[in-house]
Amino acid sequence: MKRFIGFVQKEFYHIFRDRRSLFILFGMPVAQIMLFGFAITNEINNVDIAILDRSQDASTKEIISKISSSEYFSILQHIKEEAEIEEVFKKGKVKAVLYFEKEFSKKLIKQHTAKVQIVTDATDPNVANTISNYINSILSNYQEEQNRAITLDYQIVPQSRMVFNAELKSVYMFVPGVMTVILMLVSAMMTSISITREKELGTMEILLVSPLNPFQVIIGKVFPYIFLSIINAAAIVILSIFVFHVPVNGSLFLLGLESVLFIVTSLALGILISTISATQQTAMMISLMGLMLPVILLSGFIFPISSMPVPLQVISNIVPAKWFIIIVKGIMLKGVGISIVWKETLVLLGMTLLFIGLSVRKYKIRLE
Amino acid sequence: MSIRIDHISKSYGKVNALDDISIQVDQGELFGLIGPDGAGKTTLFRILTTLLLPDHGSASVAGYDIIADFKAIRKQVGYMPGRFSLYQDLTVEENLRFFATIFGTTIAENYDLIRDIYVQIEPFKNRRAGKLSGGMKQKLALSCALIHKPKVLFLDEPTTGVDPVSRKEFWEMLKRLQDKGITILVSTPYMDEAALCDRIALIQDGKILEIDTPKAIVEHYPKPIFDVGAHNTYLLIEKLNAYAHKHSVFPFGEYIHYTDQRDGFDPLELMAYLKNEGLQNIHIERTKATIEDTFMELAKQ
Repeated sequence: MKRFIGFVQKEFYHIFRDRRSLFILFGMPVAQIMLFGFAITNEINNVDIAILDRSQDASTKEIISKISSSEYFSILQHIKEEAEIEEVFKKGKVKAVLYFEKEFSKKLIKQHTAKVQIVTDATDPNVANTISNYINSILSNYQEEQNRAITLDYQIVPQSRMVFNAELKSVYMFVPGVMTVILMLVSAMMTSISITREKELGTMEILLVSPLNPFQVIIGKVFPYIFLSIINAAAIVILSIFVFHVPVNGSLFLLGLESVLFIVTSLALGILISTISATQQTAMMISLMGLMLPVILLSGFIFPISSMPVPLQVISNIVPAKWFIIIVKGIMLKGVGISIVWKETLVLLGMTLLFIGLSVRKYKIRLE
Repeated sequence: MSIRIDHISKSYGKVNALDDISIQVDQGELFGLIGPDGAGKTTLFRILTTLLLPDHGSASVAGYDIIADFKAIRKQVGYMPGRFSLYQDLTVEENLRFFATIFGTTIAENYDLIRDIYVQIEPFKNRRAGKLSGGMKQKLALSCALIHKPKVLFLDEPTTGVDPVSRKEFWEMLKRLQDKGITILVSTPYMDEAALCDRIALIQDGKILEIDTPKAIVEHYPKPIFDVGAHNTYLLIEKLNAYAHKHSVFPFGEYIHYTDQRDGFDPLELMAYLKNEGLQNIHIERTKATIEDTFMELAKQ
């Protein structure tokens, strides 16, 4: 036990004396959650649009004022000619142009049909889509108001309700993702680097020629990172609750337990990486390319798994992060308990045991 | 018998790092492995410290088999690898305390053993190990290798890259450790250090050339050796090598060590030849063979 404490103490010296690892440990999580929370967002807010109004009558004016009074759009300029549309897009100042045809009001009243065109800059397809949807809903809202007096014979009234994230805040989606990325990064990359550093500096040679058995070395190496990762996970949850007002609808305790499980999964992966890499550089590259990319691209963090091609969907199953994100989303946003996420938990547990088993088998008690 | 090496062979791919090596080191002996870089010294150390498995042969350290009882050996030996292998970001004291702890002991418990060495670096005990000079690093590494009172000490090129004064001090320390009954196996590329060992093994290209006391090894040298000097050393080497009867020509300090093929060699004859070749201030004198001469001679065969 004394040996273990001595070893862990040494590990903490390493961590706290290396500015780089301190930054990765504590700077990155905060920076990432802030970035994802504030900067990277699919929501639209005060999007600049232009208006091409060839009628300038009561109806168009009312619609325009409805649009400009919403928090989503601000009208940057009015243009006069159709030819100008392309021009304003090229300048990149506006994301959408609303084009009312001539005699809009008159046609609406007499022919019951009037046309308005929504032209969006689709260089960013997601944003273009969202803008178009928002404008559409403002228009249909206006139409509804106009038709209130008239009763139609048949009418389908769709009522959509967004549950678990009624305001469609993207930070709700990012928090579980960022938490996953950070825990993976800290646990897997940092442990693999710290173990390979011993190999690279030759200290592993001395550790091997000592009464410490390999198992004790590994546990000693990993323990500080379990501790630090738990602090990190807690910090992320606290930040998301208090800064981004993400609710934790389920049990915090369960969330904590699942996080510890995922941390152990990542650490096991880190150990596995360290057994196959000889230098810190290699360990870092394998961690970044082999872990970070799948976590970001294949876990459902940013791109929904259901819209991926089938082969990628299949591959996504072996990414531990996918399962953890499902669990975190379930607990935080849906408020579900273990009775719902037990399957995902079991998958993570299985993966962890597999990684630990593989590392133990691959771990060398000698130099070759 | 403290270390017994029995027909050990080890190869890396096609390179024979060790070729049928057998050595026996007695309890409390200071034994030197002498050979150039790449001779196989480090490989032998790693096999004896249970870090590598031999391809053939067997060995035991402190009575334990290096394969079957590797765990027991790891508790009994102190190992100082060729490269400085301590934690550079830990202070002198933290390093020492760490190694004491993992061997289940304390600095205080075995302080007697390391006192002579550690007092010299104790004033810097709060300095990071990475910031120490070469000589101090080596003293710290030795302290760390000794802190658990090992029965056998393995030192792989401990004095490489260390200044002459520290080297001398280091060997004095080894002698004192030997007096305390610790068996020491030390390797070095420096032939002058070989003379300080009880017995040495000359090793090259994975083969043992000779094992004996330094004195006996020097006495076995088969030919009379002459120190040859002249005003232009470069030209001298060239001309000596061109001499029809030369056996060996090695630069040695300020002189050239020369041996002749003939039994009845007359130095005056060589003097005349060199003068004829345009060399001045020629000086030829009989000298004693050194371990280096023996090594070169054996390596030639």
